[in-house]
Parts: sequence; C-alpha cells; structure tokens
Amino acid sequence: MDIVVFLKMVPDVIEELSIADTGKSLDTQFLRMKLNDPDDYSLEEALILKEKYGGTVTVVAMEASEVDEVLYTALAKGADRIVKIPGDWTNIQAPGIAKLLASYFSSTNHQLGTDTLVLLGSQAIDDLEGEVAPYLSEILGTPYIGVITGISLDAEKKKVNVIKEFAGGLRGEFELPLPAVIGIQAAEKPPRYVPVAKVRSIMKTAKIDIVDIIPPDIAPAISIEKMFIPEVGGKAKMLEGPPEQISSQVIELLKEIGIIRR
Amino acid sequence: MHGPILILVEHLKGEIADITYEMLGIGRKLADDLKVPLHSIVFGKDGESIASHLGSADLVFALNNPQMDIPSPDVASNILKSLIEQKAYSLVLIGGTNVSTGIGPKLSFRSSLPFINFCKNIFVKDGIVCFTSQLFGGKILSDISVRGNGGIISIYPGSFPSSAGKSDKKPPIEILDIPLEETKVVFKQYIEPEAGDVDITKQDVLVSVGRGISNADNIAMAEELATILGGAVCASRPVIDQGWLPLSRQVGKSGMTVKPKLYFSLGVSGAPEHTEGMKDSGLILAINTDPNAPIFSVAHYGICADLFDIIPPLTEKLKT
Ligand SMILES: Cc1cc2nc3c(=O)[nH]c(=O)nc-3n(C[C@H](O)[C@H](O)[C@H](O)COP(=O)(O)OP(=O)(O)OC[C@H]3O[C@@H](n4cnc5c(N)ncnc54)[C@H](O)[C@@H]3O)c2cc1C
Ligand SMILES: Nc1ncnc2c1ncn2[C@@H]1O[C@H](COP(=O)(O)O)[C@@H](O)[C@H]1O
Repeated sequence: MDIVVFLKMVPDVIEELSIADTGKSLDTQFLRMKLNDPDDYSLEEALILKEKYGGTVTVVAMEASEVDEVLYTALAKGADRIVKIPGDWTNIQAPGIAKLLASYFSSTNHQLGTDTLVLLGSQAIDDLEGEVAPYLSEILGTPYIGVITGISLDAEKKKVNVIKEFAGGLRGEFELPLPAVIGIQAAEKPPRYVPVAKVRSIMKTAKIDIVDIIPPDIAPAISIEKMFIPEVGGKAKMLEGPPEQISSQVIELLKEIGIIRR
Repeated sequence: MHGPILILVEHLKGEIADITYEMLGIGRKLADDLKVPLHSIVFGKDGESIASHLGSADLVFALNNPQMDIPSPDVASNILKSLIEQKAYSLVLIGGTNVSTGIGPKLSFRSSLPFINFCKNIFVKDGIVCFTSQLFGGKILSDISVRGNGGIISIYPGSFPSSAGKSDKKPPIEILDIPLEETKVVFKQYIEPEAGDVDITKQDVLVSVGRGISNADNIAMAEELATILGGAVCASRPVIDQGWLPLSRQVGKSGMTVKPKLYFSLGVSGAPEHTEGMKDSGLILAINTDPNAPIFSVAHYGICADLFDIIPPLTEKLKT
C-alpha cells in the first residue's frame, strides 16, 4: 500500500492562550505548537497498516514551527519518507490547504495510484472553515469518510474496510475503494513511543524532502471580527484552602446531595 | 435580501438526534427575525414519519430511502446542492456531529456558500447574520462575518436549547422523489457498543479521569475513590485511546452521555466534546491545575489544585 499521511501543527491548548493586540488572532509569542492529536493516531494507523500489509508510509507537512522534529520523529517511528512544503501558511484556511495538499499529488512527486490511501486527522481544533479531508477528496475525486478508528485492507478487491464512530459508543463498518481519503479519529493502538535519542540520531543522518508548491489563490470566505476568551470559572464556585480543608468541604457537599451519610 | 433557511435533520437508528431540535430552535428564531421561511430535509427510510415530528419548520422535505439512513457525504451534498439552487437558501444548518461530518465542506465546495465550523451562536444585527464559533477546544471564541451574508453552518452540539425546536404541530411535508446516485462508500453494518463490565450511564456516582491522571497506574487511585462513593470510573477520550480504560467508559461526543448525581472530574480539561456527554449531571465537581480550564465553566464546584495533592487525603478522610 502507498500510504500518505498529512500532519498539522496546532497550538497546544494546555498552555495559556492569549489574544494578540489586533483582537483578531492568537498572540503567537508564547504559543507552543504540537502535533494535532488525531494526526498522531493517523500516523500510528499508517504504521500499523504498513506492518500488516507492506508498503510505504510518506509523511507530508506544511511548514510550521516545530514541524521538523515531528517529521523526524515520524521517520524514527518507521515512516519511509518525510516531506515538507515550505512557506508562510499562517493565514491559509481549509479550502486553500486542501488545494495545496492536492497539488502535492499532481506534481510528479507522488502520483495517486490504485493502492494509495491518504490519511488525515478527522478535524483540527483551529479550523474555522473546517475539515481539510472532505475538501481534499473533492479535489482529488476520491471517496472519503471521516471519524475513523480502524482500517483493514482487502488487497484483492483494492478496497479498505473502515470503522466509523457515531455516538453513544455506536460504530459502523463501511467499505470503500482505493484510492481514498480518510479522516482518522483514533488508531487501533495508542501511538508508539520512540526514544528521543533515536530521533536525535535520525536527525543527523536523514533528510527532509522539500517540495515546493505554489500557494493557491483562494481568499478566505470568512473573516474573524473579534477573538476573545470565554468567561470561565463564571459558573463553578471554587473551593479553596489546604488539601485537608478542601477535603472537608468536598465531604460536606457529598453529604448534602446524599452520596455519603451524615 | 436574505434567502430562506434549511436544516439538515439528523437521526440515528430511528431516533431524532437532539441536535436536530437545537437547530430547529435557533433556525426558527432566525427565520422569524429575518422574515424568511424555515425548511428542513430528512433522509432515510423513515423520512416521512420523522418529518412529522418537526413542527417548528414551515416545510419539511422527506427523501424516503434506506440507502440514506446514514447519509453519504457525497450523495447528501449533491441533493442539498440542487435544493439550494432551487430555493436559494442563504443558510444551511448541519449538525457538528460524527454522523454528519464531511457533508458541510463537500456542500460548500460544490455550492457557492462558505462553510463555518464549530458554531456556538448565530444572531441578526442590523439585518446582517453574525456567527460566534469556538476554537481551540473551547478555550477561545470568535465572532465571524461572512462574505455574502450566508453560509453552511456546522452547529456545535449543546449550543442551543433543544426544547425551543420542539413543537406539537404537524408540518407540511413534501416527498422528494429523486433517483440516488451510487455511492462508493458502502455501509456494511452497525457495531453495537461493547457491553462493558459496568454501564456508566446507570451509575449515581462517576469519578472521571482525564489526561491529568498521567498514567495507567494512577487509575487505581480513582477506582478506590469511586468504590468508596459507590460508583464507577469513567474517562475522557485520551485515557481510552491510550488503552488505560475500555471504550465502554468513555464520556462525550463519541462516547456515552451520562447524568449521574455526582460527576467528580479529575484532570479533565473540559473540551466541548467531553462536556457534551456530562454537562447535565446533578453535581459536577472538578479538579484541575489550570484555573482557566473550560471544565470550570460547566462544573458547579471547582478545585484549582493538583489532583494528586487532593485525592489521597480525601480518600483517607472518607474511609474514616
Ligand atoms: C470528533 C471528536 C470526537 C471526540 N469525542 C470525545 C469524547 O467522546 N470524549 C472526550 O472526552 N473527548 C472527545 N474528543 C476529544 C476532546 O476534544 C479532547 O481532546 C479531550 O476531551 C481532552 O481530554 P482531557 O481533558 O483528558 O485531556 P487534556 O485536554 O489534555 O486535559 C488534561 C487536563 O488535566 C489537567 N491536569 C494535568 N495534570 C493535572 C494534575 N496533576 N491535577 C489536576 N489537573 C491536571 C490539565 O490542566 C488539563 O486541563 C473528541 C474530539 C473530536 C474531534
Ligand atoms: N497545514 C497542514 N499541513 C498538513 N496537513 C494538514 C494541514 N492542515 C490540515 N491538515 C490535515 O487535515 C486534517 C484536518 O485538519 P483541519 O481540516 O484543519 O481540521 C489534519 O489533521 C491534517 O491531517
């Protein structure tokens, strides 16, 4: 199988986020970037598929802060090729990103074949114009399905079987032909761990392939008028004090609602 | 001038999803403010009978076809596209759910309407429709304006009261008789939720662990607390995806919706995909080291502290 994985860097929301002076974007000064959660799983799913059925895993990312390390890590985990599309992509939205990623295939770099499986994250947390995967499938003219948590290959029929999540624990099984674009939500297994030392040593020997693509000419259809941090803690009454005192307050509450006896 | 509004009805296994009524509620309000009709469309073999429950709409289209019980994004967006062309809808509301993912962007690509994700609020100001979307897992909100004053809007579940969309009226129903194109993405079967060792939807007390629990070994600490309180442990998605607890324990958008008397949350950030499944719990108590964690806006009581400083002494105290 020819598996292509697109990775995206997103702000780490564990860090405190603040708004820039313009009031229309995040203050990037203290922003720490990390790999979009679902992308970690789509890389894992790609590696699992390669182990099961053979083939190659190509990992492609657009230039972003801290992306090199993520690419080298993918290589250390077992990817075969890592690719970066250079440029300043701060203002590009999902339709533009999809067009750009589609161009990756139209160049001579990597043709879409009857054994190509394109994996993306189901959705990222910063995507106002939403969901690159379905846009990409529109441009490439391939079938698409999203919120997938497992894939198996029927090599003879050139099809994949996928598991999609609905809600309340209900899932569904679907079948679609290759080439296909799939939005991954989780993998069969948690992402594998790779020691930092291994990544460091790979960084010394391996190379990131640079693929230049002309930025698509798509103006954003929506504009952000104002960004703001929602009032939090507006609702919760905070319990304060040393642990001992907090415990007593918690126990009082539990008594009040009859969870423990008075 | 603003065109009419269309709502894509969502249902799963014969049950109308709450998001449908949320959309009908806000859709009704917008339609009245803008003085335009509110239409909705339902796909699936029970289309017509589902349509009869949607009295908040001025007109409901029903496409009775078993192939569309789970609408393929390709087929659905083509049908919606031709309806947009016929009726000149300005706004199309679609559920921001796993069932409907992909339909909005595909429809946007095929029509001239932009797509807006994560929408939490829509209102009319000076005749212009304005949107508020959430970003970064609920940590940021942004007010948005749209070129052309219309769009395909993905409504974030839990943003609007569903009660506002319920009505006893019977709406006029128009049966759509359109031959369906074939879809390459073939639905094979449902996979029912694995029956877990415990049914978290039936517990009075849930101790919920998030990524803040750090590793699988620490879950025992939460188990002990849950046992003392006569309940069970549930978790956020990352804990399940790491394999620390079985899928049957997941709370949220893709997991279970729970309403225990007590929901005691440990190291959960409170992303909207999580809170969707627990926000109606009786008493919500949350521990998190981050004072700005969104969980504190759904919790009744909050403790801004390290859970490892609080839980052991609390457990000891409860034992005595
Ligand atoms: C389509 C889709 C479906 C999804 N479905 C679900 C779903 O069903 N259920 C679900 O839960 N999520 C779901 N998610 C994921 C969701 O968006 C969040 O990523 C997830 O809920 C975050 O889990 P968390 O709060 O455990 O982790 P994080 O967001 O990483 O938060 C960990 C929290 O722990 C706190 N913390 C760390 N250490 C400590 C400590 N020692 N003491 C106290 N606090 C500490 C941190 O401050 C942080 O707030 C879904 C996402 C998508 C896109
Ligand atoms: N800038 C990007 N570079 C590479 N992949 C991307 C980029 N943006 C989005 N993607 C892919 O599309 C998925 C969905 O992202 P989004 O559509 O932004 O929610 C991500 O998880 C990635 O797999």
